Amino acid sequence: MTDSTPPIASFTHRHLLGIEGLSPVEIELLLDRSESYVEQNRQADKKKSVLRGRTIINLFFESSTRTRTSFELAGKRLGGDVINMSVSTSAVKKGETLIDTAMTLNAMHPDVLVVRHADSGAVKLLSEKVNCAVINAGDGAHEHPTQALLDALTIRRRKGRLGGLQVAICGDIAHSRVARSNIHLLNTMGARVRLIAPRTLIPVQAERLGCEVFHSMADGLVDCDIVMMLRLQTERMKGNYFPSIREYFRFFGLDYDKLSRAKPDALIMHPGPMNRGVEIDSELADDIERSAIREQVEMGVAVRMACLEIMAGNLPDPWQRND
Amino acid sequence: MSIKPKDHSGPTAFVNARLLDPATGLDAPGGLLTLGEAIAAVGPDVTAKAAGAGVQVVDCKGLCLAPGLVDLRVQIREPGEEHKGTLETAGKAGTAGGVTTMVCLPNTDPVIDDNSVLEFVARRARLLGLSKVFPYGAITKDLQGRELAEMAMMAEAGAVGFTDGTRAVADAQVMRQALSYAATFGLTLVQHPEEPALAEGGVMNLGETATRLGLSGIPSVAEVMMVERDLRLLELTGGRLHMAHLSTAAAIDAVRRAKARGLPVTCDTAPFYFALNELAVGDYRTFAKLSPPLRSEDDRQAVIAGLRDGTIDAIVSDHDPQDEDAKRLPFAQAAFGGVGLETLLPITLELVHNGHLDLLQALALVTCRPADLMGLPAGRLAVGAAADLVLFDPERAWKVDEFSLHSKSKNTPFDGRPVQGIAVRTVVDGRTVFNREG
Repeated sequence: MTDSTPPIASFTHRHLLGIEGLSPVEIELLLDRSESYVEQNRQADKKKSVLRGRTIINLFFESSTRTRTSFELAGKRLGGDVINMSVSTSAVKKGETLIDTAMTLNAMHPDVLVVRHADSGAVKLLSEKVNCAVINAGDGAHEHPTQALLDALTIRRRKGRLGGLQVAICGDIAHSRVARSNIHLLNTMGARVRLIAPRTLIPVQAERLGCEVFHSMADGLVDCDIVMMLRLQTERMKGNYFPSIREYFRFFGLDYDKLSRAKPDALIMHPGPMNRGVEIDSELADDIERSAIREQVEMGVAVRMACLEIMAGNLPDPWQRND
Repeated sequence: MSIKPKDHSGPTAFVNARLLDPATGLDAPGGLLTLGEAIAAVGPDVTAKAAGAGVQVVDCKGLCLAPGLVDLRVQIREPGEEHKGTLETAGKAGTAGGVTTMVCLPNTDPVIDDNSVLEFVARRARLLGLSKVFPYGAITKDLQGRELAEMAMMAEAGAVGFTDGTRAVADAQVMRQALSYAATFGLTLVQHPEEPALAEGGVMNLGETATRLGLSGIPSVAEVMMVERDLRLLELTGGRLHMAHLSTAAAIDAVRRAKARGLPVTCDTAPFYFALNELAVGDYRTFAKLSPPLRSEDDRQAVIAGLRDGTIDAIVSDHDPQDEDAKRLPFAQAAFGGVGLETLLPITLELVHNGHLDLLQALALVTCRPADLMGLPAGRLAVGAAADLVLFDPERAWKVDEFSLHSKSKNTPFDGRPVQGIAVRTVVDGRTVFNREG
């Protein structure tokens, strides 16, 4: 390994399961390392070899295009071998349990498992059964740490800092792992977080997570530096959270009028995929002056390269296997 | 329909009246001057002598002049069942009963579950210029109790509250989400508190009378169960909840205790439930088939006690017109419901004549208190307020006769009842829209 870096002593976690519990120093470290990959990804030659010889399995129990592609690119650009497994279409259909799938994959000696699952806590359960490092690529409505990191990197590059910023997270908070990870990260880094949504989409006692809760965009967006819109996760909704798309858009969809309450240079973000005309006005989403949505996607690859590198670098060397 | 409000006939002085304004406690001789649509002056200084040239003078002859009645529960039947009642017939019945503001239920056809129907009803009522009509919107689409209706948009269009009308929102999860969603926008939900599974198939109150008549009964616990369920949900979600037409001692007591705990709940009842009991069903009188059903004498007494101690916030007519075809049937097959607009005032005044309430307390229950519950600009004799008035004789005796009603449908459970007190003149926005004297 010609250009491999030594293990990062100050990031000691075996797995990256969530933002909750990470220290400001650890988050800064992940962001700084990510930053170093942003320029590299803009070069014609994007390939490094820090993960040469390493095996990364993208284990997705829930369909995904952008996150999976982002991790796949990140792994390949670092020289690792990346395998994609969409489990919903294979073993699970044959009746294999989550733990059996984990044990099976573990026997193949991967170095990093990147796991997404529709159930909160499933990634942690899996991580307890394997020897490799596990990165949570989204578990139910719990956490999506790399999304929060790429959001933070985007904000830091645009605003120069995270501390002291007023951030509004708007929309389907109840079903959002992106919201939870962002709340933890932003609070840890000293930003102030507001949640804006109808009461049906605000989880119970959300203010206990350290947020201010609003039920009106007009009130909640006042003086915000960052406006994060969330996708309505209708596929997770059982029951009545709002009556119709048009009523939702009218009261909680972001448009120029509602945005005018925020700071003039407020940045709009969205984890994607966007529902134009549902949570965000189409023209606004494409407004390069206001919207950082495409930049977020770019930062995603850099962040995932940093996470893969650091997690792989933390593996015991040589491997001390239990089996 | 091309009836338009008559032009205002200039300023009018109502003189020589007994002024009654329950909101301020005013009960004094005096007069009231209207200018255009609004009240311009109230008090002892408004007299025939003081009225200038061009002021029309109405001698009230010592009768009571009060804010027009505000009725929070009226079924109009237009659109959809115009053979039972229309905006015009309801407006005529309302003004004959002294009702100047009515809130209508959304159980029309089509249902008031979107802005278009809401605006249709409001516009037609405005063109008529009789009693003012403020619609409730539906809580759930097509009153099916499953998907939420567009409450926030309807509220913007003027819906004053939300209810599934004569149906309870049965599913606890739907009700929870409805309360939570409504609370987002500060909207009030109105529940018909009756556990549908227990009411299913029942046609009158469960009890001795039902047993003697061989009719299937609706237990009174059907009401308190729904009230208590919703109070628990309200505690969970926040928001504001109003319980419609309470009829049982247990339900009223549940609301009393909830209010004592500080929950944002209010309730109303209808004259049927403090003036009649299940014995009115008598010999299978379908006009006495109501929903909720007429209850036991103990329940009736509890309704009066609830009115006396303030637990019950308002009296509503619960006007529910049904045509002959729907009522001239074997009791079990007949429709539920009774008309009430024209008996709201006299039956409410029975509470005064029987010594349960004083006159201002009774009037408050049909004027300022219901207006405040739904945020309606009505129910007060205040300078600048809309000149919506009722001039009534609290003593005049008469007998309710179904055929003398202005309502298109005649199904009053009070048919033949001797009563005391009647609206003599009704004024909406400064215009006299009903005058019993001519």
